[in-house]
Amino acid sequence: MTLNIQNIREQFPVLDQEVNGKPLIYMDNAATTQKPKEVLEALSDYYTHDNSNIHRGAHTLADRATRAYERTRSLVKDFLNAAEEEEIIFTKGTTEGINLVASTFGRKFFTEGDEIIISTLEHHSNIVPWQMLCEEKGAILKVIPINEKGELLLDEFDKLLTNKTKLVSVVHASNALGTINPIEEIISKSHAVGAKVLIDGAQSSAHLDIDVQALNCDFFVMSAHKIYGPTGLGVLYGKREVLESMPPYQGGGEMIKEVTFEKTTYNEIPFKFEAGTPNIADVIAFQKAIEFVNKLGKANIRNHEESLLNYATEQLSLIKGFIPVGTASKKVSVLSFLIEYMHPFDVGMMLDASGIAVRTGHHCTQPLMNRFEIEGTVRASFSVYNTKEEIERLIESVSKIAKLKNK
Amino acid sequence: MTDIKQVQEEIIDEFSILEGDRESTIFYIMELGNKLADYPEEARLDENLIKGCQSKVWLTTEEKDGKVVFKADSNTDITKGLISLLIRVLSFRSPKEIIDAELYFIEKIGMGNIIGSQRSNGLAAMIKQMKLYAIAYQSKLNV
Repeated sequence: MTLNIQNIREQFPVLDQEVNGKPLIYMDNAATTQKPKEVLEALSDYYTHDNSNIHRGAHTLADRATRAYERTRSLVKDFLNAAEEEEIIFTKGTTEGINLVASTFGRKFFTEGDEIIISTLEHHSNIVPWQMLCEEKGAILKVIPINEKGELLLDEFDKLLTNKTKLVSVVHASNALGTINPIEEIISKSHAVGAKVLIDGAQSSAHLDIDVQALNCDFFVMSAHKIYGPTGLGVLYGKREVLESMPPYQGGGEMIKEVTFEKTTYNEIPFKFEAGTPNIADVIAFQKAIEFVNKLGKANIRNHEESLLNYATEQLSLIKGFIPVGTASKKVSVLSFLIEYMHPFDVGMMLDASGIAVRTGHHCTQPLMNRFEIEGTVRASFSVYNTKEEIERLIESVSKIAKLKNK
Repeated sequence: MTDIKQVQEEIIDEFSILEGDRESTIFYIMELGNKLADYPEEARLDENLIKGCQSKVWLTTEEKDGKVVFKADSNTDITKGLISLLIRVLSFRSPKEIIDAELYFIEKIGMGNIIGSQRSNGLAAMIKQMKLYAIAYQSKLNV
Protein backbone atom coordinates (compact mmCIF):
# COMPACT_ATOMS: atom_id res chain seq x y z
CA MET A 1 0.00 0.00 0.00
CA THR A 2 1.26 3.49 -0.81
CA LEU A 3 0.73 5.92 2.02
CA ASN A 4 -0.82 9.32 1.51
CA ILE A 5 1.95 11.39 3.06
CA GLN A 6 0.08 14.70 2.81
CA ASN A 7 -2.76 13.20 4.84
CA ILE A 8 -0.29 11.92 7.38
CA ARG A 9 1.42 15.32 7.63
CA GLU A 10 -1.87 16.96 8.46
CA GLN A 11 -2.04 14.85 11.58
CA PHE A 12 1.17 16.49 12.88
CA PRO A 13 0.44 20.12 13.80
CA VAL A 14 4.08 20.88 14.65
CA LEU A 15 5.18 20.33 11.05
CA ASP A 16 3.08 23.24 9.86
CA GLN A 17 5.42 26.10 10.72
CA GLU A 18 8.29 28.17 9.47
CA VAL A 19 11.67 28.39 11.15
CA ASN A 20 14.10 31.13 10.21
CA GLY A 21 11.69 32.20 7.51
CA LYS A 22 11.68 28.79 5.82
CA PRO A 23 9.19 25.92 6.03
CA LEU A 24 10.32 23.52 8.75
CA ILE A 25 11.90 20.31 7.51
CA TYR A 26 12.18 18.01 10.49
CA MET A 27 14.89 15.39 10.00
CA ASP A 28 15.87 14.67 13.60
CA ASN A 29 13.53 11.72 13.97
CA ALA A 30 16.12 9.36 15.42
CA ALA A 31 16.33 11.76 18.38
CA THR A 32 12.57 12.04 18.76
CA THR A 33 9.61 11.85 16.43
CA GLN A 34 6.79 14.38 16.32
CA LYS A 35 3.39 13.50 17.80
CA PRO A 36 0.12 13.08 15.90
CA LYS A 37 -2.96 15.01 16.99
CA GLU A 38 -4.55 11.92 18.54
CA VAL A 39 -1.67 11.62 21.00
CA LEU A 40 -1.88 15.31 21.92
CA GLU A 41 -5.66 15.10 22.34
CA ALA A 42 -5.40 11.96 24.45
CA LEU A 43 -3.05 13.78 26.83
CA SER A 44 -5.37 16.72 27.15
CA ASP A 45 -8.50 14.50 27.40
CA TYR A 46 -7.02 12.48 30.20
CA TYR A 47 -6.29 15.54 32.33
CA THR A 48 -9.60 17.15 31.36
CA HIS A 49 -11.87 14.19 32.12
CA ASP A 50 -10.20 11.23 33.81
CA ASN A 51 -7.26 12.41 35.91
CA SER A 52 -6.96 10.09 38.85
CA ASN A 53 -4.38 7.85 40.48
CA ILE A 54 -4.55 4.32 39.18
CA HIS A 55 -5.08 0.96 40.92
CA ARG A 56 -6.78 0.58 44.30
CA GLY A 57 -9.03 3.61 43.79
CA ALA A 58 -12.60 3.06 44.92
CA HIS A 59 -14.12 5.61 42.58
CA THR A 60 -15.18 5.88 38.98
CA LEU A 61 -12.39 8.14 37.74
CA ALA A 62 -9.72 5.90 39.26
CA ASP A 63 -11.33 2.94 37.57
CA ARG A 64 -11.43 4.71 34.19
CA ALA A 65 -7.78 5.77 34.48
CA THR A 66 -6.71 2.27 35.57
CA ARG A 67 -8.50 0.61 32.69
CA ALA A 68 -7.03 3.03 30.15
CA TYR A 69 -3.54 2.58 31.62
CA GLU A 70 -3.78 -1.21 31.49
CA ARG A 71 -5.20 -1.08 27.97
CA THR A 72 -1.88 0.42 26.84
CA ARG A 73 -0.07 -2.51 28.43
CA SER A 74 -2.21 -4.85 26.41
CA LEU A 75 -1.54 -2.91 23.19
CA VAL A 76 2.21 -2.91 23.87
CA LYS A 77 2.06 -6.66 24.48
CA ASP A 78 0.57 -7.10 21.00
CA PHE A 79 2.96 -4.52 19.50
CA LEU A 80 5.92 -6.63 20.65
CA ASN A 81 4.05 -9.92 20.44
CA ALA A 82 4.89 -10.74 24.06
CA ALA A 83 3.24 -13.81 25.54
CA GLU A 84 1.67 -12.00 28.50
CA GLU A 85 0.78 -8.48 29.60
CA GLU A 86 2.64 -9.07 32.87
CA GLU A 87 5.89 -9.14 30.90
CA ILE A 88 5.43 -5.47 29.92
CA ILE A 89 6.90 -2.97 32.40
CA PHE A 90 6.54 0.77 31.96
CA THR A 91 9.73 2.79 32.48
CA LYS A 92 10.91 6.34 31.83
CA GLY A 93 12.54 5.22 28.60
CA THR A 94 15.15 2.94 27.07
CA THR A 95 17.85 4.27 29.40
CA GLU A 96 15.84 3.40 32.49
CA GLY A 97 14.97 -0.01 31.07
CA ILE A 98 18.66 -0.88 30.72
CA ASN A 99 19.50 0.55 34.13
CA LEU A 100 16.67 -1.46 35.66
CA VAL A 101 18.09 -4.68 34.27
CA ALA A 102 21.64 -3.75 35.33
CA SER A 103 20.50 -2.87 38.86
CA THR A 104 18.32 -5.91 39.45
CA PHE A 105 19.32 -8.79 37.19
CA GLY A 106 22.93 -7.56 37.18
CA ARG A 107 23.24 -7.05 40.92
CA LYS A 108 21.65 -10.37 41.75
CA PHE A 109 23.29 -12.68 39.28
CA PHE A 110 26.71 -11.21 38.46
CA THR A 111 29.84 -12.27 40.30
CA GLU A 112 33.52 -11.57 39.79
CA GLY A 113 34.85 -12.67 36.43
CA ASP A 114 31.44 -12.84 34.74
CA GLU A 115 31.34 -11.31 31.28
CA ILE A 116 29.01 -8.92 29.46
CA ILE A 117 29.22 -8.46 25.71
CA ILE A 118 28.08 -5.25 24.01
CA SER A 119 29.00 -3.84 20.59
CA THR A 120 30.93 -0.90 19.19
CA LEU A 121 27.64 0.53 17.94
CA GLU A 122 26.12 1.05 21.39
CA HIS A 123 24.63 4.28 22.66
CA HIS A 124 26.14 5.43 25.96
CA SER A 125 22.99 4.18 27.70
CA ASN A 126 23.95 0.62 26.74
CA ILE A 127 27.57 1.08 27.83
CA VAL A 128 27.68 3.05 31.07
CA PRO A 129 25.19 0.97 33.16
CA TRP A 130 27.29 -2.12 32.37
CA GLN A 131 30.55 -0.36 33.21
CA MET A 132 29.03 0.61 36.56
CA LEU A 133 27.97 -2.99 37.14
CA CYS A 134 31.41 -4.31 36.15
CA GLU A 135 33.06 -1.91 38.56
CA GLU A 136 30.81 -3.01 41.39
CA LYS A 137 31.01 -6.75 40.73
CA GLY A 138 34.43 -7.20 39.16
CA ALA A 139 32.77 -8.33 35.94
CA ILE A 140 34.33 -7.87 32.50
CA LEU A 141 32.94 -5.88 29.58
CA LYS A 142 33.73 -7.11 26.07
CA VAL A 143 32.95 -5.32 22.83
CA ILE A 144 32.04 -6.73 19.41
CA PRO A 145 34.06 -4.85 16.77
CA ILE A 146 32.69 -3.52 13.46
CA ASN A 147 33.91 -3.20 9.89
CA GLU A 148 34.37 0.05 7.92
CA LYS A 149 30.73 -0.04 6.81
CA GLY A 150 29.57 -0.06 10.41
CA GLU A 151 28.50 -3.71 10.52
CA LEU A 152 29.19 -6.09 13.41
CA LEU A 153 31.93 -8.67 12.89
CA LEU A 154 30.11 -11.83 13.88
CA ASP A 155 33.24 -14.00 13.65
CA GLU A 156 34.73 -11.81 16.34
CA PHE A 157 31.54 -12.12 18.37
CA ASP A 158 31.92 -15.92 18.27
CA LYS A 159 35.38 -15.54 19.79
CA LEU A 160 34.11 -13.30 22.59
CA LEU A 161 31.39 -15.74 23.69
CA THR A 162 32.49 -18.03 26.51
CA ASN A 163 30.80 -20.00 29.25
CA LYS A 164 31.47 -16.95 31.45
CA THR A 165 29.25 -14.74 29.27
CA LYS A 166 26.24 -13.93 31.42
CA LEU A 167 24.64 -11.25 29.30
CA VAL A 168 24.79 -9.98 25.74
CA SER A 169 23.31 -6.50 25.37
CA VAL A 170 23.20 -5.16 21.84
CA VAL A 171 21.40 -2.52 19.88
CA HIS A 172 18.88 -3.63 17.26
CA ALA A 173 19.45 -0.60 15.01
CA SER A 174 22.29 1.89 15.50
CA ASN A 175 21.17 5.42 16.33
CA ALA A 176 24.31 6.97 14.86
CA LEU A 177 24.71 4.94 11.65
CA GLY A 178 21.38 3.19 11.13
CA THR A 179 22.94 -0.31 10.89
CA ILE A 180 20.42 -3.09 11.53
CA ASN A 181 22.12 -5.86 13.47
CA PRO A 182 21.51 -9.58 12.90
CA ILE A 183 20.01 -10.01 16.36
CA GLU A 184 18.39 -13.40 15.61
CA GLU A 185 21.83 -14.92 15.16
CA ILE A 186 23.26 -13.06 18.17
CA ILE A 187 20.42 -14.27 20.38
CA SER A 188 20.67 -17.93 19.39
CA LYS A 189 24.46 -17.99 19.72
CA SER A 190 24.27 -16.29 23.12
CA HIS A 191 21.68 -18.73 24.38
CA ALA A 192 23.90 -21.61 23.27
CA VAL A 193 26.45 -20.60 25.93
CA GLY A 194 23.73 -19.93 28.50
CA ALA A 195 23.84 -16.12 28.32
CA LYS A 196 20.75 -13.93 28.55
CA VAL A 197 20.18 -11.31 25.84
CA LEU A 198 18.96 -7.73 26.03
CA ILE A 199 17.97 -5.96 22.82
CA ASP A 200 18.03 -2.16 22.73
CA GLY A 201 15.08 -1.40 20.47
CA ALA A 202 15.08 2.38 20.82
CA GLN A 203 15.75 2.91 17.11
CA SER A 204 14.19 -0.23 15.69
CA SER A 205 10.73 -0.27 17.23
CA ALA A 206 9.33 2.49 14.97
CA HIS A 207 10.52 0.80 11.79
CA LEU A 208 10.99 -2.95 12.17
CA ASP A 209 8.49 -5.65 13.09
CA ILE A 210 9.21 -6.81 16.61
CA ASP A 211 8.24 -10.28 17.78
CA VAL A 212 9.93 -10.94 21.11
CA GLN A 213 8.69 -14.53 21.19
CA ALA A 214 10.09 -15.37 17.77
CA LEU A 215 13.31 -13.51 18.59
CA ASN A 216 13.41 -15.32 21.91
CA CYS A 217 15.27 -12.39 23.54
CA ASP A 218 15.19 -12.20 27.33
CA PHE A 219 14.79 -8.41 27.47
CA PHE A 220 13.71 -5.82 24.93
CA VAL A 221 13.75 -2.10 25.74
CA MET A 222 12.29 0.84 23.85
CA SER A 223 11.15 4.46 24.21
CA ALA A 224 7.67 5.77 23.41
CA HIS A 225 8.85 9.13 22.12
CA LYS A 226 10.73 7.61 19.22
CA ILE A 227 7.54 6.07 17.86
CA TYR A 228 5.25 9.12 17.87
CA GLY A 229 4.44 8.78 21.58
CA PRO A 230 5.12 11.07 24.55
CA THR A 231 8.55 11.65 26.13
CA GLY A 232 9.40 10.26 29.56
CA LEU A 233 7.95 6.85 28.83
CA GLY A 234 9.47 3.57 27.80
CA VAL A 235 8.88 -0.14 27.91
CA LEU A 236 10.92 -2.98 29.30
CA TYR A 237 9.85 -6.39 28.07
CA GLY A 238 11.23 -9.33 30.01
CA LYS A 239 10.44 -13.04 29.94
CA ARG A 240 8.23 -13.94 32.88
CA GLU A 241 10.65 -16.41 34.48
CA VAL A 242 13.53 -13.93 34.19
CA LEU A 243 11.53 -11.02 35.60
CA GLU A 244 10.27 -13.18 38.46
CA SER A 245 13.81 -14.19 39.35
CA MET A 246 14.88 -10.54 39.65
CA PRO A 247 14.69 -8.44 42.84
CA PRO A 248 12.65 -5.18 42.74
CA TYR A 249 14.20 -2.03 41.26
CA GLN A 250 12.91 0.79 43.46
CA GLY A 251 11.00 0.56 46.72
CA GLY A 252 7.76 2.42 47.36
CA GLY A 253 4.07 2.25 46.71
CA GLU A 254 2.55 -0.07 44.12
CA MET A 255 5.47 -2.51 44.17
CA ILE A 256 4.55 -4.11 47.53
CA LYS A 257 2.19 -6.86 48.59
CA GLU A 258 2.35 -6.21 52.32
CA VAL A 259 4.45 -3.86 54.43
CA THR A 260 5.17 -4.15 58.12
CA PHE A 261 8.11 -2.54 59.89
CA GLU A 262 9.61 -5.99 60.26
CA LYS A 263 9.26 -7.25 56.72
CA THR A 264 7.85 -6.32 53.33
CA THR A 265 6.67 -8.73 50.69
CA TYR A 266 6.70 -7.65 47.07
CA ASN A 267 3.97 -7.47 44.49
CA GLU A 268 3.83 -9.68 41.40
CA ILE A 269 5.19 -8.60 38.01
CA PRO A 270 4.76 -6.11 36.40
CA PHE A 271 3.90 -4.04 39.49
CA LYS A 272 7.00 -5.20 41.35
CA PHE A 273 8.97 -2.98 38.96
CA GLU A 274 6.61 0.00 38.84
CA ALA A 275 7.10 1.70 42.23
CA GLY A 276 5.30 4.98 42.80
CA THR A 277 2.65 6.77 40.77
CA PRO A 278 3.57 6.10 37.16
CA ASN A 279 3.45 8.38 34.15
CA ILE A 280 -0.29 7.75 33.74
CA ALA A 281 -1.21 10.39 31.17
CA ASP A 282 1.66 9.55 28.86
CA VAL A 283 1.03 5.81 29.13
CA ILE A 284 -2.59 6.36 28.15
CA ALA A 285 -1.70 8.70 25.27
CA PHE A 286 0.84 6.18 24.01
CA GLN A 287 -2.06 3.98 22.88
CA LYS A 288 -2.80 6.50 20.18
CA ALA A 289 0.79 6.37 18.92
CA ILE A 290 0.69 2.57 18.71
CA GLU A 291 -2.65 2.71 16.93
CA PHE A 292 -1.23 5.29 14.53
CA VAL A 293 1.65 2.95 13.61
CA ASN A 294 -0.61 -0.10 13.41
CA LYS A 295 -3.07 1.68 11.16
CA LEU A 296 -0.38 2.70 8.67
CA GLY A 297 1.40 -0.63 8.95
CA LYS A 298 5.10 -0.91 9.66
CA ALA A 299 5.80 -2.47 6.26
CA ASN A 300 4.29 0.58 4.54
CA ILE A 301 6.15 2.98 6.83
CA ARG A 302 9.37 1.11 6.10
CA ASN A 303 8.83 1.20 2.33
CA HIS A 304 8.35 4.94 2.39
CA GLU A 305 11.33 5.59 4.67
CA GLU A 306 13.57 3.28 2.67
CA SER A 307 12.76 5.05 -0.57
CA LEU A 308 13.62 8.39 1.09
CA LEU A 309 16.87 6.99 2.47
CA ASN A 310 17.91 5.46 -0.85
CA TYR A 311 17.11 8.60 -2.80
CA ALA A 312 18.94 10.84 -0.32
CA THR A 313 22.00 8.57 -0.15
CA GLU A 314 22.21 8.28 -3.92
CA GLN A 315 21.85 12.01 -4.60
CA LEU A 316 23.99 13.30 -1.73
CA SER A 317 26.79 10.94 -2.74
CA LEU A 318 27.11 12.89 -5.99
CA ILE A 319 28.04 16.05 -4.08
CA LYS A 320 31.74 16.88 -3.98
CA GLY A 321 33.01 16.62 -0.41
CA PHE A 322 30.09 14.46 0.84
CA ILE A 323 31.32 11.57 2.99
CA PRO A 324 28.74 9.05 4.23
CA VAL A 325 29.48 7.54 7.65
CA GLY A 326 27.96 4.08 8.05
CA THR A 327 27.14 2.28 4.83
CA ALA A 328 25.78 -1.01 6.14
CA SER A 329 23.77 -3.08 3.68
CA LYS A 330 20.81 -3.14 6.07
CA LYS A 331 19.86 0.21 7.59
CA VAL A 332 16.95 2.03 9.17
CA SER A 333 16.31 5.54 7.82
CA VAL A 334 19.37 7.20 9.35
CA LEU A 335 21.89 9.03 7.17
CA SER A 336 25.08 10.10 8.94
CA PHE A 337 27.61 12.10 6.98
CA LEU A 338 30.44 14.60 6.94
CA ILE A 339 31.38 17.35 4.54
CA GLU A 340 35.07 17.43 3.78
CA TYR A 341 36.98 20.32 5.43
CA MET A 342 33.92 21.29 7.48
CA HIS A 343 32.94 20.71 11.08
CA PRO A 344 29.56 18.96 11.60
CA PHE A 345 28.45 21.81 13.92
CA ASP A 346 28.88 24.33 11.13
CA VAL A 347 26.99 22.17 8.65
CA GLY A 348 24.17 21.64 11.16
CA MET A 349 23.88 25.34 11.86
CA MET A 350 23.76 26.22 8.20
CA LEU A 351 21.12 23.58 7.57
CA ASP A 352 19.10 25.00 10.47
CA ALA A 353 19.32 28.40 8.85
CA SER A 354 17.62 26.81 5.82
CA GLY A 355 14.87 25.42 8.05
CA ILE A 356 16.28 21.87 8.14
CA ALA A 357 16.52 20.25 11.57
CA VAL A 358 19.28 17.62 11.83
CA ARG A 359 21.48 16.44 14.67
CA THR A 360 25.21 16.99 14.87
CA GLY A 361 27.83 15.65 17.24
CA HIS A 362 28.72 12.25 18.63
CA HIS A 363 25.10 11.08 19.05
CA CYS A 364 25.95 9.65 22.50
CA THR A 365 28.21 7.09 20.81
CA GLN A 366 31.68 8.41 21.52
CA PRO A 367 33.41 4.99 21.33
CA LEU A 368 31.85 4.50 17.88
CA MET A 369 33.05 7.94 16.75
CA ASN A 370 36.53 7.05 18.07
CA ARG A 371 36.42 3.87 16.00
CA PHE A 372 36.00 6.02 12.88
CA GLU A 373 38.50 8.58 14.25
CA ILE A 374 35.98 11.40 13.96
CA GLU A 375 34.49 13.81 16.50
CA GLY A 376 30.98 13.44 15.25
CA THR A 377 28.74 13.49 12.21
CA VAL A 378 25.76 15.30 10.75
CA ARG A 379 22.76 12.99 11.03
CA ALA A 380 19.57 13.29 9.03
CA SER A 381 16.94 10.73 10.04
CA PHE A 382 13.67 10.28 8.18
CA SER A 383 10.21 9.40 9.35
CA VAL A 384 6.89 8.55 7.77
CA TYR A 385 5.92 12.23 7.38
CA ASN A 386 9.03 13.27 5.44
CA THR A 387 8.60 13.82 1.72
CA LYS A 388 10.70 13.50 -1.42
CA GLU A 389 10.46 17.30 -1.80
CA GLU A 390 12.03 17.70 1.63
CA ILE A 391 14.88 15.39 0.62
CA GLU A 392 15.36 17.54 -2.46
CA ARG A 393 15.69 20.62 -0.25
CA LEU A 394 18.18 18.78 1.93
CA ILE A 395 20.24 17.88 -1.15
CA GLU A 396 20.10 21.46 -2.41
CA SER A 397 21.21 22.89 0.95
CA VAL A 398 23.99 20.34 1.51
CA SER A 399 25.22 20.99 -2.00
CA LYS A 400 25.35 24.74 -1.37
CA ILE A 401 27.13 24.28 1.97
CA ALA A 402 29.65 21.77 0.59
CA LYS A 403 30.62 24.17 -2.19
CA LEU A 404 31.95 26.63 0.41
CA LYS A 405 34.95 24.39 1.03
CA ASN A 406 34.86 21.94 -1.89
CA LYS A 407 35.13 24.00 -5.03
CA MET B 1 43.38 53.98 16.21
CA THR B 2 39.65 53.73 16.63
CA ASP B 3 38.44 53.07 20.13
CA ILE B 4 36.48 50.03 21.29
CA LYS B 5 33.19 51.82 20.92
CA GLN B 6 33.88 52.84 17.32
CA VAL B 7 34.84 49.32 16.31
CA GLN B 8 31.65 48.00 17.85
CA GLU B 9 29.61 50.56 15.90
CA GLU B 10 31.35 49.47 12.69
CA ILE B 11 30.41 45.85 13.35
CA ILE B 12 26.81 46.79 14.12
CA ASP B 13 26.70 48.66 10.81
CA GLU B 14 28.09 45.74 8.85
CA PHE B 15 25.64 43.30 10.35
CA SER B 16 22.69 45.65 9.77
CA ILE B 17 23.18 45.14 6.02
CA LEU B 18 22.27 41.47 6.55
CA GLU B 19 18.87 42.57 7.95
CA GLY B 20 18.79 39.76 10.52
CA ASP B 21 18.59 37.06 7.82
CA ARG B 22 19.89 34.01 9.57
CA GLU B 23 21.34 32.24 6.60
CA SER B 24 23.28 35.27 5.34
CA THR B 25 24.45 36.07 8.86
CA ILE B 26 25.84 32.59 9.44
CA PHE B 27 27.56 32.55 6.05
CA TYR B 28 29.01 35.97 6.85
CA ILE B 29 30.30 34.85 10.26
CA MET B 30 31.91 31.81 8.63
CA GLU B 31 33.57 34.05 6.08
CA LEU B 32 35.00 36.16 8.90
CA GLY B 33 36.29 32.95 10.47
CA ASN B 34 38.08 32.00 7.28
CA LYS B 35 39.85 35.35 7.25
CA LEU B 36 41.18 35.03 10.80
CA ALA B 37 44.98 35.26 10.93
CA ASP B 38 46.87 31.97 11.18
CA TYR B 39 47.29 30.62 14.65
CA PRO B 40 50.83 29.76 15.77
CA GLU B 41 51.17 25.96 15.69
CA GLU B 42 53.37 25.91 18.82
CA ALA B 43 50.48 27.44 20.78
CA ARG B 44 47.97 24.75 19.77
CA LEU B 45 48.16 23.24 23.22
CA ASP B 46 45.46 21.85 25.46
CA GLU B 47 46.39 24.45 28.08
CA ASN B 48 45.36 27.15 25.61
CA LEU B 49 41.88 25.68 25.08
CA ILE B 50 39.05 27.78 26.50
CA LYS B 51 36.97 25.89 29.02
CA GLY B 52 33.21 26.11 28.56
CA CYS B 53 33.17 25.99 24.76
CA GLN B 54 31.55 23.06 22.97
CA SER B 55 33.87 23.50 20.02
CA LYS B 56 37.60 23.64 20.51
CA VAL B 57 38.86 27.21 20.85
CA TRP B 58 42.53 27.97 21.32
CA LEU B 59 43.47 31.41 22.59
CA THR B 60 46.92 32.81 23.18
CA THR B 61 48.27 36.30 23.84
CA GLU B 62 51.41 38.35 23.65
CA GLU B 63 52.27 41.82 24.79
CA LYS B 64 53.39 44.50 22.33
CA ASP B 65 54.20 48.02 23.54
CA GLY B 66 51.92 47.77 26.52
CA LYS B 67 49.05 46.36 24.40
CA VAL B 68 47.56 42.88 24.54
CA VAL B 69 47.56 40.99 21.24
CA PHE B 70 45.20 38.03 20.93
CA LYS B 71 45.51 35.09 18.57
CA ALA B 72 42.86 32.40 18.35
CA ASP B 73 41.67 29.42 16.39
CA SER B 74 38.81 26.95 16.46
CA ASN B 75 37.90 23.65 14.84
CA THR B 76 34.58 25.08 13.68
CA ASP B 77 34.29 27.98 11.26
CA ILE B 78 31.37 29.66 12.99
CA THR B 79 33.22 29.77 16.30
CA LYS B 80 36.26 31.09 14.45
CA GLY B 81 34.08 33.85 13.04
CA LEU B 82 32.78 34.73 16.49
CA ILE B 83 36.21 34.95 18.04
CA SER B 84 37.46 36.98 15.08
CA LEU B 85 34.89 39.62 16.02
CA LEU B 86 36.12 39.64 19.61
CA ILE B 87 39.72 39.93 18.43
CA ARG B 88 38.80 42.82 16.16
CA VAL B 89 37.33 44.66 19.14
CA LEU B 90 39.79 43.71 21.88
CA SER B 91 43.18 42.99 20.31
CA PHE B 92 45.92 45.67 20.39
CA ARG B 93 44.30 47.38 23.39
CA SER B 94 45.75 48.21 26.76
CA PRO B 95 44.82 45.83 29.58
CA LYS B 96 42.70 48.55 31.15
CA GLU B 97 40.72 49.12 27.95
CA ILE B 98 39.99 45.39 27.71
CA ILE B 99 38.99 45.09 31.35
CA ASP B 100 36.67 48.11 31.11
CA ALA B 101 35.21 47.15 27.71
CA GLU B 102 31.45 46.82 27.55
CA LEU B 103 30.74 44.56 24.60
CA TYR B 104 27.27 45.77 23.67
CA PHE B 105 27.62 44.88 19.97
CA ILE B 106 26.90 41.21 20.67
CA GLU B 107 23.38 41.96 21.80
CA LYS B 108 22.88 44.68 19.20
CA ILE B 109 23.59 42.35 16.29
CA GLY B 110 21.23 39.75 17.79
CA MET B 111 24.00 37.19 18.19
CA GLY B 112 22.21 35.27 20.96
CA ASN B 113 19.30 34.38 18.68
CA ILE B 114 21.57 33.46 15.82
CA ILE B 115 23.98 31.18 17.60
CA GLY B 116 21.63 29.70 20.21
CA SER B 117 22.08 29.27 23.93
CA GLN B 118 24.92 26.75 23.97
CA ARG B 119 27.15 28.79 21.70
CA SER B 120 26.22 31.96 23.62
CA ASN B 121 27.68 30.33 26.72
CA GLY B 122 30.79 29.56 24.72
CA LEU B 123 31.02 33.15 23.54
CA ALA B 124 30.72 34.35 27.15
CA ALA B 125 33.55 31.96 28.08
CA MET B 126 35.75 33.47 25.35
CA ILE B 127 35.14 37.01 26.59
CA LYS B 128 35.83 35.94 30.15
CA GLN B 129 39.12 34.35 29.14
CA MET B 130 40.20 37.45 27.19
CA LYS B 131 39.43 39.66 30.17
CA LEU B 132 41.30 37.31 32.49
CA TYR B 133 44.40 37.64 30.30
CA ALA B 134 44.05 41.43 30.45
CA ILE B 135 43.76 41.32 34.24
CA ALA B 136 46.91 39.20 34.40
CA TYR B 137 48.84 41.72 32.24
CA GLN B 138 47.47 44.61 34.25
CA SER B 139 48.65 43.12 37.51
CA LYS B 140 52.11 42.56 35.96
CA LEU B 141 52.26 46.23 34.97
CA ASN B 142 51.34 47.26 38.51
CA VAL B 143 54.14 45.25 40.09
